[in-house]
Amino acid sequence: MNNLTTFWYLTGVIAVLAGTTFLTRALPFLVLSRAANHPLLNHLGRLLPPIVMVLLVVYSFKNDAALSVSFLPELGCLALVAVLHLAFRQPLLSIVGGTAAYMTLVQMGLS
Amino acid sequence: MTVSPLNAAVFRTSLPVLFGYLPLGAAFGVLFSDLGYHWSYAVAMGIFIYAGAGQFLAVGLIANQAGLTEMAIATLLLNSRHIFYGLSLMNRMHNRGWRKWYQIFGLTDETYSLITSTPVPHGINAGQFHFRITAMNQLYWVVGCGLGAWLGSQLEFSTDGIAFVLPALFMVLTIEQYKHLKDIRPFLTALLIGIGTLAFVSRDHMLLVAILLSLSVLMMQYASINRRATNE
Repeated sequence: MNNLTTFWYLTGVIAVLAGTTFLTRALPFLVLSRAANHPLLNHLGRLLPPIVMVLLVVYSFKNDAALSVSFLPELGCLALVAVLHLAFRQPLLSIVGGTAAYMTLVQMGLS
Repeated sequence: MTVSPLNAAVFRTSLPVLFGYLPLGAAFGVLFSDLGYHWSYAVAMGIFIYAGAGQFLAVGLIANQAGLTEMAIATLLLNSRHIFYGLSLMNRMHNRGWRKWYQIFGLTDETYSLITSTPVPHGINAGQFHFRITAMNQLYWVVGCGLGAWLGSQLEFSTDGIAFVLPALFMVLTIEQYKHLKDIRPFLTALLIGIGTLAFVSRDHMLLVAILLSLSVLMMQYASINRRATNE
C-alpha cells in the first residue's frame, strides 16, 4: 500500500474502533440516564463492583496477553498479595511484594 | 516544586497501573511495529481507542487487512462487558459536561476498579480525583504504546512477569471491596462463577459470560427482595 492508502485505511480503522469502544462504555449513560436513581441500579451499583473485581482476578489466569503463566506460581503470588494486604493494608507494599516474588519465579524459569 | 495533595493522591493511587500499563502498552507497540507502519499510528490508537484487549485484537485484524464492519463487530463483542461497568456507575458519576464524557471514554478495567474501590481521600473533590486518575492511566498507556512501537523489537524485555501488577492490583482492590461491603456472599458467588467460566468458556468470552451470569444472579436476588418486601 502507498502512504496515502495506508493513512486512510488506518484512520478508518482507528475511527471505527474508537467509536465502537466508546459506544460500549457510554451506552448505559446514553440510554438509562433518566433511571439513574432506580433501586435496581442502586443494587447493581453496590454489588457489581466487588463481583467484577473477583472476576478480573480469576480472568488473569486466562489472560495471556503479557503473562505467560502456569497456574501455581500465580496462585501462590496472589495468595502472598492477599496475606500482605490483610496484614499491613498498604496497597503498594502488597502489590510490589507479590510482583517481585512473581518476577523472581518467572525469571528463574519456574513459571 | 510542590505537589498538591490532590495530585499526590492521584499518583499514589494510580502507581500500580503505571507499572501495568507501561509494559502492556509497550507489548502492544512492539506487536504493532511488526506490521511495518509508522509508530505514530500506535500512539493515535492509544489516544483515540484506549482499550487493551481491543488494540491487541486490532493488530491481528489489521495484519489480515480485515474490513471495517468485521472490526466493528469484533470490538463490540470483545468490549461489551464495559456496558455493565457503566450500569454500576450511574449514581457515582461526580463529573458533569465534557469531564463526565472523558471519564466514560476512559473506563478501562483498571480505571473502573480504582474508581469503585478507592475511597476519595479526605478533603479532596471526588470528581477531580476520578477525572485525574482516568487521565493519568491513559497517559501511562499512551506512553507505553509509543515507546513500544518506536523502539520496536530492539526493546529488551528483561521485565518478564511485571504484568503481574494488574492481577495483584485487582486482588488488593477485592480485599478493599470486602472491607467496605462486609458481606462475603457476592465474593463467593463471583468466585464460583469465575472458576466455572474459566473452566468452560473460551478466553475471549469468559469475562462477558461471567458478568452476564453475575448480573442474572443479582437481578433474581433483587426480585426476591422485592417479593419479600411486598409480602410483608
